[in-house]
Formats: sequence, C-alpha cells, structure tokens
Amino acid sequence: MEPEVLWLDEQRVVSLSELVEVSGLSSEELIELAQGGAIPFREVQGANYVFSASVISVARTACRLRDELELDMAGLAVALRLLDRVRGLEEEIARLRALLPRA
Amino acid sequence: MKYSDYYAALGVERGASQEEIKKSYRRLAQKYHPDVSKEPEAEERFKQIAEAYATLKDPEKRAAYDALGTRPQGEEFRPPPDWARQHGGNQQFSFDDVDFADLFTRFGARGGSPYGEHAAMPGQDFEVPVEISIDDAFRGTTLELQLSMPEYDAAGRLHRAPHNVKARIPPGAIDGQRLRLPGKGSKGLNGGRHGDLYLDISFKPHRLYRATGHDLFVDLPLAPWEAALGAAVEVPTPAGAVNLKVPAGTSSGQKLRLSGRGLPKPRGGAGDLYAVAQIVVPPQVTERERELFSSLKEASSFEPRRHFTGGA
Repeated sequence: MEPEVLWLDEQRVVSLSELVEVSGLSSEELIELAQGGAIPFREVQGANYVFSASVISVARTACRLRDELELDMAGLAVALRLLDRVRGLEEEIARLRALLPRA
Repeated sequence: MKYSDYYAALGVERGASQEEIKKSYRRLAQKYHPDVSKEPEAEERFKQIAEAYATLKDPEKRAAYDALGTRPQGEEFRPPPDWARQHGGNQQFSFDDVDFADLFTRFGARGGSPYGEHAAMPGQDFEVPVEISIDDAFRGTTLELQLSMPEYDAAGRLHRAPHNVKARIPPGAIDGQRLRLPGKGSKGLNGGRHGDLYLDISFKPHRLYRATGHDLFVDLPLAPWEAALGAAVEVPTPAGAVNLKVPAGTSSGQKLRLSGRGLPKPRGGAGDLYAVAQIVVPPQVTERERELFSSLKEASSFEPRRHFTGGA
C-alpha cells in the first residue's frame, strides 16, 4: 500500500517508469532530457535510470511546458535549465535573507 | 452557467483565422504560463487563455461555441434547446451543474471521455501552492483544501463539484518543499487510478524566525554589557524557550548555534537554530548610565575602527 504522504526530496528515489507515470512525459523524452542534463538522474544501468523524487516536479513542469507552450525538446531543455537557475538563485537569495538581521 | 468570451480572452476578432488564434495563444501563454511568469494573477489568466484555446483551436468545438451567439462576458445563460443535438452531443445531456469550460469537452469530434465509454480513465492530478507557518512545519499540520474536481456521473455526464480534501503535512517540511499525496486527486473512472494531490509548500513570514532549509535564524538583541561580559539568556525556539550562554566578547552578527533546535527532518534529526547577536543600546540613557558609559569611554583603549587606517 502506498504511503499517505511522499516527500519529493533527494532522499527518495524513483524509477524511470514511475517518473513516466506521474509526469506525463514519455520514457524517450525523459531519457533525452536526462542525457542532456536538463533533468538530473542519480544513476543509470542500461536503460534503467534512477532519479531523486525531487525531479518529479521538474518533470511535471516539463510536461506542462511541452503541452501548453507547445515547446519542442530543444526548447524544453533550455527552459528547464533556465528555470533551474532561477530556482537556485531564489534559494540563494532566501538563504542570504535569512542571515540578515531584521531591520 | 456563465458565458465566457473566448475571443476576448485570446485578444482576437471573432472572424480570426486558426493561425491567428494559435499565434495569439502562444504569445499570451508565454507571458502568463504560471511555470515561467511572474505576472500578477498569471495562473488565473493562463487558465482562461488555455480554456479559450482548447475550444477555439478545434474547428468543431469552435463552431459549437460560435452557435451560442455573442453575449457579454459572465452573463448567465443556457444553451438553446437544439444546441446539444446539432453539435454532436448526447441528447440526454443535462446542463445542470455543468461548468461552461466543461461544455466543449463533450462536444465536437472528441466529445465524451477521451478514453472511450467504458475504458479505465485516470483521475485528475492537482497541484496546489500552500502557505504554512514555521510553527506548522515544526509540528506538522492538516490543511482543509477545497478543490473543484471534474467527475462523471453514472450516465457518463461530466460536471464539476467542490470537494473538501484533507491534506496532512507531517513535521519536517521546508520552504519550497513538495509533497505528493497519492490518490487525493479526483477519482478515476471505470477502475482507473485516482489522481494525486501535489502540495507546493512555502512559508509565511514569521515574527521571530527566518528559515533556510531546516535551519532557523533568530535575532538575539544583547545589551552592550551582556555582549562584553557574557550572559545567560533565554532564546525562543519552536519547541519552547531554551537557555543560551552568550560568551564574553560577543560582537554583532556573531551566530550562536543551538544544535538540533531548528526544524525536524522527515527521516529523523533536525536542523540547527542560530541566534544572531545584535548589540543594541538603550534608546534613552539615565544620568547614571551616561556617567558609567563616560567612565568606560575614558578607561577603554578599544578602537573599533582601527582597520580603517591599516591597523590590525
């Protein structure tokens, strides 16, 4: 039985087939994005890719961008990389703000 | 039901070509897509744009839409009596409880379930941004969410109904955390799996704490003599106040770590809480305090700005 709540973080791993099921992307698309570095994976043995559960939201975003902005794979890869950079910068800003004393 | 002006949503004339509709949709989608947009109300705008495009891009659905006539945005109306039959829908179709957006999912070439009448159809996933307090993240919390879920009744009619969903967030969430609650989305049809609920968690600003990951920061105001001589002070933590020994010679900005007093981690352990020293002076000093500060000034050789002139 599936647990009531799943943490989508770095501690939990998901297989390629799980990621296909929850993201709406095909395995071919996910492999292409993983090989190009737009969706990071933890390890690969043959065609068995293993991902952190944190990429579920990235893959779901990719599916929405593909369908709703009609992006091709190249556009999708660029968009995901830029979104990842934005997310990284936002986290860094939040971290630095936490260090600042309240005015 | 309330009429939606799909041409206005896409910013095109009623006689616009399919190419113009597509071009306008792409332009607006790039601007308002919630995954890339910082525009205010981007999500709501994009929903309207996507709903309009889903109907107008399909010539049969567009014809069905056009047959409803031109009405003011938001006007209450019911489709004309023959409309459903003329546009390929089920004659048994009832307009009770039907959302305007759902009208066109049933009409045109791909009306009804896209999976066929009796095929298993998965339920819809929902992704919901939720704001919780740092105290809720510490203790865990249960949210009551109201989601408008599409569902098919026994006769295969699609309608939307509000559903209250309890979403439990266990202790351990951080700002930006995502959770998946399997099966908490809308119900699957004909044995299809239920949809999932995804929570995108962010923290409300807290009056005391600032969070980064599982670590918390709190400002610790200290009187000049506490900072110079050291002191035992009480520091608030989400679990309750704890005693902290401030070492003698503490300066502003120095971080004093309270190990394991931050937010709990989902699989055990906890972040740290950092009390950041802030030396504050009394806004008004008494005559006695002024004398003592003056004596200190006379007695001290401390030069806080020595490094300005190249000193150590």
